[in-house]
Amino acid sequence: MTVVYDNIGDAAEEGAVPVRRITFTVNGRKKVAEVEPRLLLSHLIRRGLGLTGTHMGCDTTNCGACTVLMKGAGEVGGGRPVKSCTMLAVQVDGREITTVEGLATASELHPLQEGFKEEHGLQCGFCTPGMMMAAKALLDENPDPTEEEVRWALSGNLCRCTGYQNIVKSVLWAAAKLRAEAAG
Amino acid sequence: MTAQALDEIKIGGLGASRKRVEDNRFIRGKGNYTDDITLPGMLHMEILRSPLAHARITSIDASKAWDIPGVHLVLTGDMMATRNLAWMPTLSYDTQAVLATDKVRFQGQEVACVIADDPYIAKDACEAIDVEYEPLPPIVNPMQAVAEGAPVIRDDKENQADNVIYNWEVGDAAATDRAFEQADMVSRLKLHYPRSHPSPIECCGSIADFNRATEKLTVYMTTQAPHIIRAAVALVAELPEHMIRIISPDIGGGFGNKVPVYPGYVCSILASILLERPVKWIEDKTGNLISTGFARDIYLDGEMALRQDGKILGVRMHCDADHGAFFSDAQPSKFKIGLLHSAFAAYDIPAAHLTARGTYSNKAPGGVAYRCSFRVTEAMFFQERMVQAAADDLGMDQAAFRRMNFVRDEDFPHRTPLGFLTDSGQYGKCLDVALKAVGYEEFRKQQEEARAKGRLFGLGISTMTEPLGAGNSREYDILGIKMFDSAELKVHMTGKAIVRTGARGQGQGHETTWAQIVSHELGIPAEDIVVEEGDTDTAPFGMGTYASRSTPVAGAAVAMVSRKIRAKARKLAAHLLEVSEEDIEWELGRFYVRSAPDRGVTIQECAMAAYSNMPDGMEPGLENTAYYDPPNLTWPFAVYIVTVEVDPATGVWDVLTTVAVDDCGVRINPMIVEGQIMGGLTEAYAMANMQFITFDAEGNCIGSNYMDYLLPTAWETPGFELHSEVVTPCPHHPIGAKGIGECAAVGGPAAFVNAVIDALSGTGVRNIDMPLLPDRVWEALTYRRDVSGAPPVRSDD
Repeated sequence: MTVVYDNIGDAAEEGAVPVRRITFTVNGRKKVAEVEPRLLLSHLIRRGLGLTGTHMGCDTTNCGACTVLMKGAGEVGGGRPVKSCTMLAVQVDGREITTVEGLATASELHPLQEGFKEEHGLQCGFCTPGMMMAAKALLDENPDPTEEEVRWALSGNLCRCTGYQNIVKSVLWAAAKLRAEAAG
Repeated sequence: MTAQALDEIKIGGLGASRKRVEDNRFIRGKGNYTDDITLPGMLHMEILRSPLAHARITSIDASKAWDIPGVHLVLTGDMMATRNLAWMPTLSYDTQAVLATDKVRFQGQEVACVIADDPYIAKDACEAIDVEYEPLPPIVNPMQAVAEGAPVIRDDKENQADNVIYNWEVGDAAATDRAFEQADMVSRLKLHYPRSHPSPIECCGSIADFNRATEKLTVYMTTQAPHIIRAAVALVAELPEHMIRIISPDIGGGFGNKVPVYPGYVCSILASILLERPVKWIEDKTGNLISTGFARDIYLDGEMALRQDGKILGVRMHCDADHGAFFSDAQPSKFKIGLLHSAFAAYDIPAAHLTARGTYSNKAPGGVAYRCSFRVTEAMFFQERMVQAAADDLGMDQAAFRRMNFVRDEDFPHRTPLGFLTDSGQYGKCLDVALKAVGYEEFRKQQEEARAKGRLFGLGISTMTEPLGAGNSREYDILGIKMFDSAELKVHMTGKAIVRTGARGQGQGHETTWAQIVSHELGIPAEDIVVEEGDTDTAPFGMGTYASRSTPVAGAAVAMVSRKIRAKARKLAAHLLEVSEEDIEWELGRFYVRSAPDRGVTIQECAMAAYSNMPDGMEPGLENTAYYDPPNLTWPFAVYIVTVEVDPATGVWDVLTTVAVDDCGVRINPMIVEGQIMGGLTEAYAMANMQFITFDAEGNCIGSNYMDYLLPTAWETPGFELHSEVVTPCPHHPIGAKGIGECAAVGGPAAFVNAVIDALSGTGVRNIDMPLLPDRVWEALTYRRDVSGAPPVRSDD
């Protein structure tokens, strides 16, 4: 068993902090963890799993920097985008999540990652992982989106640096590349 | 130039839209932001904040917090006071409470801190602290602050009998009076530029790590100015400066929010010293929005003296600035209200006079330079709103009125009536390009036709010239520290190099562009140069990155240090080629013999020689440092034109087109420059449309999270059309560059507002204060009256 979130402090009274065991998959790897029921998913990802590419911006589901993809047992596709700062870690029990660290393979970037660099879709980089995850969910469903569809799909993610124009271009760049790859 | 000279664009030099180096880690989720850092044995700090805007603290009982397992330390104001740390000096010669002792002076003020094993435990413990308050009447605007009998907010200060911080003036009052006496017409406008928060997505935070064995304090923190912080920590915590290391890792946006020193930083440092363990403090969004550096919140009473033919004879401005409870602006110390007196720098006006009064209020300390060079945003907004109102009052065309009053190309350098010396520009040409791009004449016709059908189209023009790149050091200092900057360049023996500067980027792409400057100066391919910033133990001293000063100052230092390296490389080349230095020519990447151009050595060969084959008597190595004290500010210019349609039924307005013509001199990396402009335009749109923080009469902050503090998303944000054809190189910058990071945020807001006001022409509406929310526009249209954005006065008065 791997305990990925252990909170070692001064000993509390027996049973003072309830702990729940969860099993889940992150970026294709099975994990087991014992967590407080109130632990946020974003904290499990960042502190427990050490996957710090998922950022926390607002704690209130507005900014989308913490967006990851989540898939339930039996669901097909790449997963739905969720904001991990307003989900509890216990909610991923039995489910599968993908973070920004799961986008690239060992040797190859995901076209979205290439697109963001090619089209200058990022500046400070803080919103970027969330943007790319939200964009991935869009492209999984709609491989040939219009500019308007991209803007709508990303409307749950805030960026303060870029003005979005280049983010939209980045996603369209990636969509074109993915389509070209699919066409072989 | 010989056939062997390098192609500058191919090696990623000046003018190349080189893809960004820093992206490689950010797109993989491998950035290294403050909150991503975990140190062994690290504890977590949370802050308890005041729920009230103004209240006397009668008691603080933290005993229950101490009893919670996992709690290591509870800090209160009294404990800070025993170490002389309850108050700290600000960057504007004022003091600021670190943890409140006597009173709380704004909602969200820091009252206590808990340090625990885990942030969840620390938050629990904060809730277990009992604080009793005796409420006092709050002051939420400058009018209340100066009213007779107003409670004195800063009763902690000796000799502070009222709420006035400063009265400041600049310009020629007598000459301005004479201009108004001679005027055919006076145009007057009262405006409010509302409070706003820079609100980078990443909040502030720090990890303080004091090591008792080495006596060294290392602080990882979200700061745009690590060297200033090191000096501040040395002074506040009374630690020796060489034992303090400030590391500013990747920063998730700054926009001025990460320049000041915040209580959380100080508390985490003290906690680490007391506990001898690393202490991490990461602010939540509400903490960030209600307690850290606000911007704007300033009132204008402006008057313009006009001749009938449209000539501006004089300008008079009075500003009231609401600074919150502590005067903690980070700005050049000589100028109490930043560089507000840059207003009207682009216009040829014989006389002007500006007075400003700063007051305390029961709000978080404000006045940070939010994406601007110290209140230039306010200056340009006031200017362009006043210009529009004056043209309307005269019945003149908006473009013609501006053109008539612009400083002409041949008049540079130009002394502005409020004391600046502008360096260069082609203002009329920028306006021409923008008018052509937007199809000005055609739009005016369409506007007329639409009006006949009951549709409201509007066009707004805004121009801006921004004083960027403080210093020079004669006039610009912060607490006496002169505003210059620095660069260090080390060329290794294989011709690869590392450059470090005293700046600290937050997304501006320094890691990419500084290498391009070196590449331009030395011909070393940009990919062979690594850039490092943000570590005070390794970077040369500098004032940091804000107010668009990086390219004008640190970027200039990069060019200057490269030239020092080239001068030494020339000596090495002469030695290698066995000719005298005078017989050698330089072309990109290569020295050659003038009389025999085929005989040459590359910069890389010179670098190798510096370590393996230097002439007798020459110091080995190829490294140097340059400190750059700019002779003047750089003065970019821009014209922004926005067209809108206003829905008369709802007051909602949509942007039809946004045209931006920016002349920022030589562009190091055009791709990055355009990214900066688009980002700035978006913040301009945000301020005009939705983004503001206000307070109710009790001093409650309305806008304490992203549900209430609205920021535009990809859905609302309009598209932008950028133009780069006007280039006026800066005459005194080594590579001709001017600042650009903030121009669009500075000049943009007035373009959006002017467009909406223009759409309302004929209704008698001269002003709606920002943000132009639908209800405000609807009210203006429906009742044919101006709509003020001034916050409410107390209802129980």
